[in-house]
Amino acid sequence: MSILIKDGYVIDPGRFIGTADVLIENGKIAVVGPNLSAPAGSRVISANGKLVLPGFVDVHVHFREPGFEYKETIQSGSAAAVAGGFTTVCCMPNTSPINDNQAVTEFILERSRLAGLANVLPIGAITKGSEGKELAEIGDLRRSGCVAISDDGKPVMNSLVMRRAMEYALAFGLTVVDHCEDLHLAEGGCMNEGLISTELGLPGIPAAAEDVMVARNLALSELTGARLHLAHISTAGSVRMVREAKSRGIPVTAEACPHHFTLTEELVRGYNTHAKMNPPLRTWTDVQAIKDGLRDGTIDVIATDHAPHATQEKQQDFTEAPFGIVGLETALSLTLGLVEEGVLSLEQAVQKLTSAPAAAFGLNKGTLTVGADADVVVVDQQEQWEVDPSKFRSKSRNTPFAGWKVKGRVNVTIVGGRVVFEAAVES
Amino acid sequence: MSLKRKDLLSLAPLSADEITLILETADSFKEVTGREIKKVPALRGKTVVNLFFEPSTRTRTSFELAAKRLSADVINFAPSSSSVVKGETLLDTARNIEAMQADIIVLRHSSAGAAETLAQGVKSSVINAGDGWHEHPTQALLDLYTIRQRGMNFKGLRVAIVGDVSHSRVARSNIFALVKLGAEVRLVGPPTMMPWGVEKLGPKVYHDMDKGLRDVNVIMMLRLQLERQGRALFPTIREYSRLYGLTAERVRLADAGVIVMHPGPINRGVEIAPDVADSLSSVILDQVANGVAVRMGVLYLMSGANS
Repeated sequence: MSILIKDGYVIDPGRFIGTADVLIENGKIAVVGPNLSAPAGSRVISANGKLVLPGFVDVHVHFREPGFEYKETIQSGSAAAVAGGFTTVCCMPNTSPINDNQAVTEFILERSRLAGLANVLPIGAITKGSEGKELAEIGDLRRSGCVAISDDGKPVMNSLVMRRAMEYALAFGLTVVDHCEDLHLAEGGCMNEGLISTELGLPGIPAAAEDVMVARNLALSELTGARLHLAHISTAGSVRMVREAKSRGIPVTAEACPHHFTLTEELVRGYNTHAKMNPPLRTWTDVQAIKDGLRDGTIDVIATDHAPHATQEKQQDFTEAPFGIVGLETALSLTLGLVEEGVLSLEQAVQKLTSAPAAAFGLNKGTLTVGADADVVVVDQQEQWEVDPSKFRSKSRNTPFAGWKVKGRVNVTIVGGRVVFEAAVES
Repeated sequence: MSLKRKDLLSLAPLSADEITLILETADSFKEVTGREIKKVPALRGKTVVNLFFEPSTRTRTSFELAAKRLSADVINFAPSSSSVVKGETLLDTARNIEAMQADIIVLRHSSAGAAETLAQGVKSSVINAGDGWHEHPTQALLDLYTIRQRGMNFKGLRVAIVGDVSHSRVARSNIFALVKLGAEVRLVGPPTMMPWGVEKLGPKVYHDMDKGLRDVNVIMMLRLQLERQGRALFPTIREYSRLYGLTAERVRLADAGVIVMHPGPINRGVEIAPDVADSLSSVILDQVANGVAVRMGVLYLMSGANS
């Protein structure tokens, strides 16, 4: 079946911007152009006054399956993804068992096929069991469908192991992703180290815990030539170092999460566990630096670090509660907030959600090029809505944005030429 | 005047007037603790639950005595002797206790913020008896009471707090309260034991103990957690003791009328020399005695019995 999206404002970053129709046939983009006529039997979607964009690509989600299905499943996570406009998501390997082998990778891909919503692409572990000691079978992981490698959340502390992982990954053209945190410096901390941690008596994680590892990883990328992607950078220091590294041609990309460009550590006051994430919310100065980095291209990618946790887990006291928040269903609105603020142009914002993350992992996604997979979203940039976690498609409700009045919402999501999400028309 | 608060979680948000009210209320109960029959009916029919997730003998005993002298029914609830099982959250435990009509829950917990989290979830009054490194409000209040008992005025009073401020809830509560009451607060210890930016809260930081103690009116020693040596906070007990241990010679650097305090338990010969602990300047046992009166005052004010 074919779909014709009429009269939308099309943004295909770096390639085309303007009012046009998009024709989808056989699951691929067939034509993008003015005044297209609908082939017989095709569905016509009017996008008058709406944005028509490549489906978003999130290179950093946690779908918890296998092992923690009470938090999220590939089914529920995919439903949350397409509701938020994400047609491709890359899921981190910290499941149980860890995705450090072909069997788990194939299981995830099979579950994704059964869900039939978003493209769920697994990220394999760097080391066996993400223990940071011996390399996982990275070649096998690649062959069975992993699109990158990372020990996210359990950063590889041994620099020699990290060097070898980067070298080895070169053989397969795989991007190495690191959650930059020196675990010794972090010392079991649970919020940013600063005046607020001093007042609240909470163990802090200094910005230096991130900066030290960013510096190490950049040096190793320079040494090995491996493609490095820095997950969720949160400090002014990280931005500075990545900017400098890029100016010297080091093959690095970096991502920022909506919460790190929207919120500060102030939100922790009252021991609010929805303000507990890793890396932690930082200071106003860091938030400004992240925005500057997004603006000047130092930070290529916006990713959610979608980290579902059950309500009872987040109801524990602050030090016991797990790190992380869900993000797939709020990311678009928060990113459009940067456009409203004048930090990013609309095209830049779209690029950081589509073509840039695709490029970081070498995925053939995030574009409306003729012949590309028909992953498309129709967005109403003006629609105002209130974040109500009870309406999330995700199984989990852990968000600091509950009750926020935000702007910009997904109307239709198409994956591979199939409509997989349509916002209910409010009567 | 009454304390218009459901809970006593920390001293940080309290006004100087509120702190003074608590100290004055404690005064009236101090008299009771000196009687032959040390009991008043102020809290008869009320239930106080001591919920202690961390082992503590002196604080729990002090709260228990205080509640009993006010004629409240007291229940001690410790996780080791209760049905707290893995998976039951702090809130679940507290709600169970609340369902038994507890009027006041006294909470000791190893995590900062546990008392605040609990207070948000239950209708009972919550008194923080120490939460992680955050605060230990009643300990600071009894310290203040003891200072005041010596006829000292807080305005302009020079108080040195010596030791591992970073990991001390006693230090935090005292800093918040003393700064608010107009005292000059000095923190003495190595940089590894000072929390980030603490001088922005009002105190001055000294790494040289001899300078920090000069002309002070009050010396508060903090207990050294010996196991922290393994976390690179100090090289050896020997060196710590030489640099930051309170000796008789060092006491002489302070004001002639100086008093020496310690929240206990003492590491004799580590942070404080035995002769100093037992000297006339030492008010360590007064602190313990005053603890009961201060906690009676706090329980009384939190129970709403005066309103």
